[in-house]
Amino acid sequence: MARHNHSLLALVTVSLCAGALPAQAALKVLATTPDWAALVTELGGDKVNVYTATNAFQDVHRVDAKPSLVARARTADLVVATGADLEIGWMPVLLQDSGNTRIQPGSPGYFEAAPLVHLLEVPSAVDRSMGDIHPLGNPHVTLDPRNIATIAKALAARLVLIDSANAAYYAARGEDFQTRWQQAAERWEARAAPLKGVGVVVIHRDQAYLCNWLGMKELASIEPKPGVPPSAGYLAELVTKLAATPPKMILRNAYNDPRAAEWLAERIHAPVVLLPYSVGGTPEAKDLFGLFDDTINRLLAALK
Amino acid sequence: MAKLTPIAGAIVFGCLLLPNAGQAATNDVTTLRAELEALKSDYTSRVQALEARIKQLESEVATAQLSQRGAAAAAPAPPPAFPQASPVAAPGKSSNATAFNPAISMILTGNYASLSQDPATYRVAGFIPPPSGEGPGARSFNLDESELTVASNVDPYFFGNVTAAIQGDNSIDIEEAYFKTLALSNGFTIKGGRFFSGTGYLNEIHSHNWDFVDQPLVYQVFLGGQLAQDGAQIRWLAPTDYFIELGAEAGSGRSFPGTQRNSNSLASDALFTHLGGDVGDSTSWRLGVSWLDARSTDRAYEDLDQSGTPVTNAFTGTSRTWIADGTLKWAPHGDPTYHQFKLQGEYMHRAESGQLAFDVTGRNLVGEYNSSQSGWYLQAVYEFMQRWRAGLRYDSMRSGTPSIGLVQLGLLPLAAFPSLTSASPERTTIMVDWSLSEFSRLRAQYAWDDARATERDRQLLLQYIFAMGAHGAHKF
Repeated sequence: MARHNHSLLALVTVSLCAGALPAQAALKVLATTPDWAALVTELGGDKVNVYTATNAFQDVHRVDAKPSLVARARTADLVVATGADLEIGWMPVLLQDSGNTRIQPGSPGYFEAAPLVHLLEVPSAVDRSMGDIHPLGNPHVTLDPRNIATIAKALAARLVLIDSANAAYYAARGEDFQTRWQQAAERWEARAAPLKGVGVVVIHRDQAYLCNWLGMKELASIEPKPGVPPSAGYLAELVTKLAATPPKMILRNAYNDPRAAEWLAERIHAPVVLLPYSVGGTPEAKDLFGLFDDTINRLLAALK
Repeated sequence: MAKLTPIAGAIVFGCLLLPNAGQAATNDVTTLRAELEALKSDYTSRVQALEARIKQLESEVATAQLSQRGAAAAAPAPPPAFPQASPVAAPGKSSNATAFNPAISMILTGNYASLSQDPATYRVAGFIPPPSGEGPGARSFNLDESELTVASNVDPYFFGNVTAAIQGDNSIDIEEAYFKTLALSNGFTIKGGRFFSGTGYLNEIHSHNWDFVDQPLVYQVFLGGQLAQDGAQIRWLAPTDYFIELGAEAGSGRSFPGTQRNSNSLASDALFTHLGGDVGDSTSWRLGVSWLDARSTDRAYEDLDQSGTPVTNAFTGTSRTWIADGTLKWAPHGDPTYHQFKLQGEYMHRAESGQLAFDVTGRNLVGEYNSSQSGWYLQAVYEFMQRWRAGLRYDSMRSGTPSIGLVQLGLLPLAAFPSLTSASPERTTIMVDWSLSEFSRLRAQYAWDDARATERDRQLLLQYIFAMGAHGAHKF
């Protein structure tokens, strides 16, 4: 009888321990964009199981809080989001309906990237008459490798915190990533030197960090105000305005409607450059390194 | 400030000088004055020099910042490190009593209605009418509800939300006022207070997010528009990759098809389950089954008797409704910016059994009442270009013939219950709307409404919806 009790106790202890150490299974991560998913994969390797909420062809501002996403939020150990209100239209529903305390804001399981870096274009005053403006600043932070390096450092530390059983693994991968990333960044910056001072037209203000990094000049945006599609009148005005300072190229993201950009390109005789914007946006942008390689390749090709 | 600085400086300087001045007091006062004057002018020139230096430094800093931006391409600058602790990135922000203010939003809605039939006579034939929520509303310009929502986390454990609808007739309805748990784990969420029931698909959706101006007939007739529970709800989300949700509710029964009862028991119980998932990148879906058991006491409605005299009848008994709902959304790569297609349909079956009292203020005859009724709608909405959507909806109801004890016993003719004469009301609705932004929408809707047993109502509705302030995320 006593022996029986002991084995029962042992069983209970073992199952309790198993419950307390989820490290046995891969860490479940819900990443809001393919870029964050790629970064988590770089840092977490086979210790993480990443689900990406969106793809490169989706405008992350406009995503439905789909049942499948709520289900993924339910089981996630870690949510990696951009923050700065980029996902405000759908993330709150996922968090609230998940019944998952691990990923609530303020918990270790909720990671936001944008607050870690210096945000550009923080408005001094906000009003909805200014369009889809972000009160906390421009949230499209990924296209500056220096931001990625900062975010990667914090994310590696977060993985260590959540899954301490694999701390050494994450730390080593984090360091390895930083080394490789630093080398790549030097390579990109050297190659992109001719882009400095080049005038470009953007569609939405989501190339601000790329332009800031490479020293390209945003001469105009096709959206008259963030999130507001251009009218014919505004486009005509743009043609006149750009005649004085002709841009070298028009940047378009994989998820943008090409029509307005192509219309403008014909009139101002500047090529439309399709950029991946996110991992998966072009066949070449398979991971974060590919994203920057391909972005710079395409920009340089358009310069010739 | 620049003017004051030299004066203030001179005073400070003068004070420092006081011990010397004491010694000088023995000497000639004029000498002292002259010395002071000299010191003053010396100080003024020093301050001017310092001010010039500050200006120079300021411009140097600005230039450095500019060149740093430009030089970034050439020099692989180390990643700028910023403290993680301040997500708002506003160091030195002073404390602010309004920092914890809840999110506030206000929705403005209104319409213009052109109706071929008198809306006062609107009735979905064959069904006991709900106390409100039926019909297209009044003719001409109407101020619809102005919906005020105040929402916030209460503390780490609860979220609170109040939605008050200020009606065009100057009354205020509390649509929802609930708390919701934040700190239960394992997929559990509890909601309490007044909330839109989780039964069906459209029931939880606020009117400003409807795809048509009005609710489907089956919602109007079986749920009085929308079922708001005063009670508690528990939901459990399964830890699976597919969305599997189970929910249960217990309520007072205050909202139609129940009634407020002078009883300690619960009178509106609901169970529901929702399943959902994706098919590829572009398609997502949700299916649901719900069951609602509501009890009512003296649920009164107006009717005419066989001689055309207005009477008040009342139902007492149970109302059991089951609902099947399905929603499918498609957008290219899941991006609804330019195109989206949404198909949605619900079927409801309701069985009521209990007592029906005829002319409660006069003859007051009471007999058995049993009905088995159903209805459904199917609607499709397509965003055919950015900001523009078109929609089509079809409604169908089947009243069947209820068994009325008073008629079967021969106490009253069937004509004494004209509202309950068997009917199959239908309605077809088309809609087009234009959203200049996420926050404004203008809509035109036209309906061929055969809800009345007699004549068709042709309804043209023009509607505006404007959302101001914080705008919460929407459910699927």
